[in-house]
Amino acid sequence: MRAIALAVLWGLTFAAAHAAEPGRTPLPAIAIEKPGQCVEAKDVMRRDHMKLLKHQRDKTLHEGIRTKKHSLNECIACHASQKTGTVLGKDGFCQSCHDYAAVKPDCWDCHQPKPGQKTAGARP
Amino acid sequence: MSENNIDRRKFLAAAAAGAGFVAIAPGIRLVEIAAAKPDNEPVTSKVRWGMLIDTTRCQSGCTECVSACGKENGLSEVKKPRTDAQWIRKIDLKELKTGRALSLPMMCQHCANPPCVDVCPTGASFKRADGIVLVDRHICIGCRYCMMACPYKARSFVHEPHTDQNPEVPRGQGCVEGCTLCVHRVDRGGTPACVEACAAAGHNAMLFGDLNDPGSAIAKRVREVKTTQVRADLKLDLGVRYEGI
Repeated sequence: MRAIALAVLWGLTFAAAHAAEPGRTPLPAIAIEKPGQCVEAKDVMRRDHMKLLKHQRDKTLHEGIRTKKHSLNECIACHASQKTGTVLGKDGFCQSCHDYAAVKPDCWDCHQPKPGQKTAGARP
Repeated sequence: MSENNIDRRKFLAAAAAGAGFVAIAPGIRLVEIAAAKPDNEPVTSKVRWGMLIDTTRCQSGCTECVSACGKENGLSEVKKPRTDAQWIRKIDLKELKTGRALSLPMMCQHCANPPCVDVCPTGASFKRADGIVLVDRHICIGCRYCMMACPYKARSFVHEPHTDQNPEVPRGQGCVEGCTLCVHRVDRGGTPACVEACAAAGHNAMLFGDLNDPGSAIAKRVREVKTTQVRADLKLDLGVRYEGI
């Protein structure tokens, strides 16, 4: 029993020491290129951005409410990297965090991750 | 009526007179004042969006509406004509006995009683309060039951992954889609891309507007001339009507 407790204690100490060590813990690259106030407080956005987006998408699609505040296109317009022009990619605003959290939202199967993209269209 | 409304009427009348427009009678204006819905208000059933297609003006061989639709909605082709998405298509008809030929665009007819909505197992196919029939891709499982139910072959299934969407028209592999009446434009007071392209080409064969507003151009037109619903026997109460077929 004492041995187990010691082992656990040793494990915790080891983990804590390494978490504090810089470079060992991978962190998401959150680059805010456009400084300023987001539509909600930072902690609200970090925790609830998907809830806000889901609420807005249903309002937009079913009721035609096209306010800009919680619209995905407005997120993209503000947060797309100025270098790559998108919110995806290794250091992309959306992808870097979602990769870190090991979640794969399927927004980008349909939604355009680059602001202002214009399409050529089809041959009739 | 409040004081404000009277002022507004007086102002509008003065503005119209100043601009040289003729007020035929109170409440009837020659030039409609476009009133876009505010962004934060939901659509209501007071409006019923509809389209009137004048087949006598539609030119055989002209595909302006189809190109405009593809461009507006980002319908990029993958060179597979059998499965490429098609929201609007041109049809040439000929009566064999008399040789009378005509051409018309065919797309989602935006039924008031849409069969695609009846059969959808998930509720993804739905009708908005203002009569526009849409697919909620967040709910669509791609079963294609709606494609079989639609009498107008108006829906397409997206077989290939896409990356070049128009930001306002999200679309991707694995869902069914169809004409949205350019809902993203209509919500901001605009008209569908096909209608705009038809007018730009000088044909003016397509008329878009609110069927419920007695003063709108489309409501006046359907009141005055004989218009046809395709497969009216199905009693689907279509939003798209045709003239001259």
